[in-house]
Amino acid sequence: MIQFQYVKPSKSKAAIDTVAKDQSAVFIAGGTNLVDLMKRGVMNPEKLVDINKLPLRKIERENGNVRIGALALNGAVAEDKLVLEKHPLLAQALNAGASAQLRNMATVGGNMMQRVRCPYFYDTAMPCNKREPGTGCGALEGYNRMHAIFGHSDKCIAVNPSDMNVALVALDAVVLVSGPKGDRKIPFAEFHRLPGDTPQIHTNLQQGELIMAVDVPENPYTKNVNYLKVRDRNSYAFALVSVAAALDLDGSTIKSARLAMGGVAHKPWRLNEAEQFLAGKPATEATFLQAAQIAMRGAKAFEHNKFKLTLGPNTIVQALKNASGVA
Amino acid sequence: MKDYFFQDTIGKPMDRVDGRLKVTGAAKYSAEYELPNMAHAVLVGSTIAKGSIKSLDTKRAENAPGVLAVLHYQNAPKVPGYAQAAHPTEPKPVGQPLQLFIDNQINFNDHPIAVVVADTLERAMYAAKLVKAQYNEEKHATDFNKNTAKAFLPTAAKRNPKHPLGDYVRGKEDAYKTEPLKIESEYVIPTEFHNPMELQSIIAHWEAADKLTVYDKTQAVMGTQNAFAKDWKIPVENVKVIATFVGGAFGNGLHTWPHETAAIMAAKKVNRPVKLMLTREQMFTMVGYRPHAWQKVGMSATKDGKITAITHEAIGQTSSYEEFTESTLQQTRMMYTSPNVTTRYRILPLDVSTPIWMRGPGEATGAFALESALDEMAFVLGMDPLEFRLINHTDKDPEKNLPWSTKYLKEAMQMGAERIGWSKRQLKPGMVKNGEWLVGYGMGVGTFGANRGRAKVKATLHKDGTLVMQSATTDIGPGTGTAMVQIAAQNLGLPPEKIVFELGSSLYPPSPSQGGSATVATVGSAVHAACQALKQRLTSMVAGNADTSFKGATVENLTFKDGYVSMTASPSARLSFADILKQQNLPELEVTEESTPDASLRQKYSMYSYSVHFAEVQVHPLTGQIKVTNMVSCADAGTIINAKTAGNQMIGGAVGGIGMALTEGAVMDHRFGRYVTKDLAEYHVPVHADAPNISSLFVNKPDLINNPNGTKGIGEIAIIGVAPAIANAVFNATGKRIRELPITPDKLI
Repeated sequence: MIQFQYVKPSKSKAAIDTVAKDQSAVFIAGGTNLVDLMKRGVMNPEKLVDINKLPLRKIERENGNVRIGALALNGAVAEDKLVLEKHPLLAQALNAGASAQLRNMATVGGNMMQRVRCPYFYDTAMPCNKREPGTGCGALEGYNRMHAIFGHSDKCIAVNPSDMNVALVALDAVVLVSGPKGDRKIPFAEFHRLPGDTPQIHTNLQQGELIMAVDVPENPYTKNVNYLKVRDRNSYAFALVSVAAALDLDGSTIKSARLAMGGVAHKPWRLNEAEQFLAGKPATEATFLQAAQIAMRGAKAFEHNKFKLTLGPNTIVQALKNASGVA
Repeated sequence: MKDYFFQDTIGKPMDRVDGRLKVTGAAKYSAEYELPNMAHAVLVGSTIAKGSIKSLDTKRAENAPGVLAVLHYQNAPKVPGYAQAAHPTEPKPVGQPLQLFIDNQINFNDHPIAVVVADTLERAMYAAKLVKAQYNEEKHATDFNKNTAKAFLPTAAKRNPKHPLGDYVRGKEDAYKTEPLKIESEYVIPTEFHNPMELQSIIAHWEAADKLTVYDKTQAVMGTQNAFAKDWKIPVENVKVIATFVGGAFGNGLHTWPHETAAIMAAKKVNRPVKLMLTREQMFTMVGYRPHAWQKVGMSATKDGKITAITHEAIGQTSSYEEFTESTLQQTRMMYTSPNVTTRYRILPLDVSTPIWMRGPGEATGAFALESALDEMAFVLGMDPLEFRLINHTDKDPEKNLPWSTKYLKEAMQMGAERIGWSKRQLKPGMVKNGEWLVGYGMGVGTFGANRGRAKVKATLHKDGTLVMQSATTDIGPGTGTAMVQIAAQNLGLPPEKIVFELGSSLYPPSPSQGGSATVATVGSAVHAACQALKQRLTSMVAGNADTSFKGATVENLTFKDGYVSMTASPSARLSFADILKQQNLPELEVTEESTPDASLRQKYSMYSYSVHFAEVQVHPLTGQIKVTNMVSCADAGTIINAKTAGNQMIGGAVGGIGMALTEGAVMDHRFGRYVTKDLAEYHVPVHADAPNISSLFVNKPDLINNPNGTKGIGEIAIIGVAPAIANAVFNATGKRIRELPITPDKLI
């Protein structure tokens, strides 16, 4: 059988040291993605460092943030009182992801580390620069209906499949990381990468760095929020396009907005310019339409995903309408 | 449950006799048997679509720990029953199932090139990854659209123009073309996969050199037995097939496949029982699919809604090595009154694996085009599509010019229209709204031959008053055992809890495969016959009693009820079945009865089941999101034996139809001829969130011309017509006519 070592340390230092000094070692938490990839031969780690014994499951208020432990389960976070009160957008996004069974296994840290769902990445008989650098991007001239319209390169056009990540990038989350060289904080928007010439590098984590928690700063986006996911079936399907929209309203005026998209780029796609445009404007469909047009600047589609150039802005408008209550 | 009319035992929504076994995990499926010394096999597939194997490196796999054998075309045991080509250089004859490991040819991507056998599954899986092939690659053709010019008339129809697959003209050919009021549209369905929950699996065990036992996922116990007996040139009775439980199949267990032969070969080679279960990915290449199909319908009608002509053409995909056909156009010939009907069916061979019947085979594909076209024609006429169908309803079979055995489609339509609230439907699309959502209503009709075959049942009445029946049918999910128990309970007058029906073994009397919606009509008739025979025997026994209270007893003047026989005229004369056997000093009373349909009746009557499906959908105008918010499926399927399991079948078919309409469709990358959607995350079978409340209604009137229980099949009509009902509802909601399935959000924005 495929041989690999398995260790389950009870101290984070031991876990980090093990992975830091062994290029073929990886952390495993819920395993909902990694185990699949191992079964298919896409990832072949020689050592699995199970971090489930580490005390990283708490969800608590900490210094103006909701701090969510890396091992908190997706399902638990989506139902957590504090999260529902402070960050309902995150709860909505989590509930839009995967299936109930998967959400009950998958962790927050693991969800951030989820690999792309590109069929060429998954099939070892197909070309994929991410899996095997230099073999070419299978999707570029192949089947690319699910693929990126922003930030892609000619090496890779896959998208980040997570729903949770879209909400976290919109909410200015910060990732707390511990590594062989100590602790550091990574703004969520800088955690994931665009493919560029090195699509094989998935995130900006260094070898041995372990996600300990994610901080979501408390903000005014507790009421007028919407995570809208458009997909091919109504559960257990990846987004064609998804939008996380959060508004701080003063009557019918938008004080400030947060906006991000999923299913469109190699990382959760924050729409800063559209947010800036929305600030101070009346919450009307006309405003939302203009914001959506700004958001779509620079989009470039491929043979099978041209519909995203229409579905993208439409979904932004609808998410903003849902969030604001504007009919 | 108020939808059903209960009468005695037949019709009651009885719980499944094996329900507890299934939900507790006690039901044993083929891969769950553990045999002593069993080895495990994993199939290795090609990574090219066409060509030949140049070299095969199996050394590393053979040397891997626990590996017992690596079989391939150079070393596999010969299957003596395979027809051998006269010369090795000659191409294989077209029209036969794939023969495993006979040469180095590759016919499709994931064509089996080796099977690895090891002492554990994990070791076999690992070693399978070590098998490496080099290929002489040839240019493949997998893209249906680019190859339609190569489509041809199936050989069977070439040989015999009267064959049902042949071209058909009633009245004037293509008469719609010259009519003023007409439509002409093309429709496409993609390749769809059965994806039953249970993966295809087999355990092969050579109990002696000429004695084979297989625990096999199959719908066809006898078919499998005969196929392997023929392949291995051993007596039929030396092949034992066990398929006690089957976890869904939808058609892909209707004949044998190469993976089964791989396990049998492997078991022969290593001289141990061998288990082989396909991976989910292999389910997309090894066990068939509903073929990609292109269709064109031309239709004309008078202003007052009489159809004057229909032309329906279809091209269905098949493989390069086997002609797969299905009756895609059958319903167009018999469904409506049209005096002029033309049908043309062609098949298109591609470098892909061979399709197989998938629930509602052919007809479900054909109904999507025909029933969509009906809706399009009604729209052109400005007519309600239900009214349009009623105007063109036919009271006899216009194809065969015969009366129907029974047909209660109008009643079904009326029931369904009332239940869905058809009167809310507006002729003009986009008129009904629920907030931002556009609401639409659509309908589609389904039909399928009310098939019945020949079956034998052994029934043994034991001295404790219990009845055990046996027949080699299978139960792929509809609840066959439960239905048979109810038929026996009704016919013999014995409480159902005293009856057991055993199936899924070739040791039992023969029954055909479970397919074509024929099991209840076929096996149920044999159960009926066995019960009649038992009653006759019991009658003779009591009539001859020394005690003269049953003097002059005949089956007709006796009452059989609750396990007792009594004289109808003087019920005080009463004996239990158990006591009758005791009096006769019999430990048991055994009969074996065969039931064969009367062929002459098929000359006098045309026999079909019917369904009509109504769908209410909501479409979001901005995002294209689609929700089916209500469905009503109504069937004219003769007597309903079990209201719950029959309703269950209808609901399952409706959900399958939702998949066909909205979510399912395989995608292939034609550069490689390889599927890119081959797991349940990427190939979207519908989930609970896609299924609304689905009402299933039955006319529940017997068809006693078809069989003594009055049943007609349900399995196929449950899905046939669902996809067009939904597509028509989407049109009614949005004004967008989507003629290529599945209807995904991107097609509606």
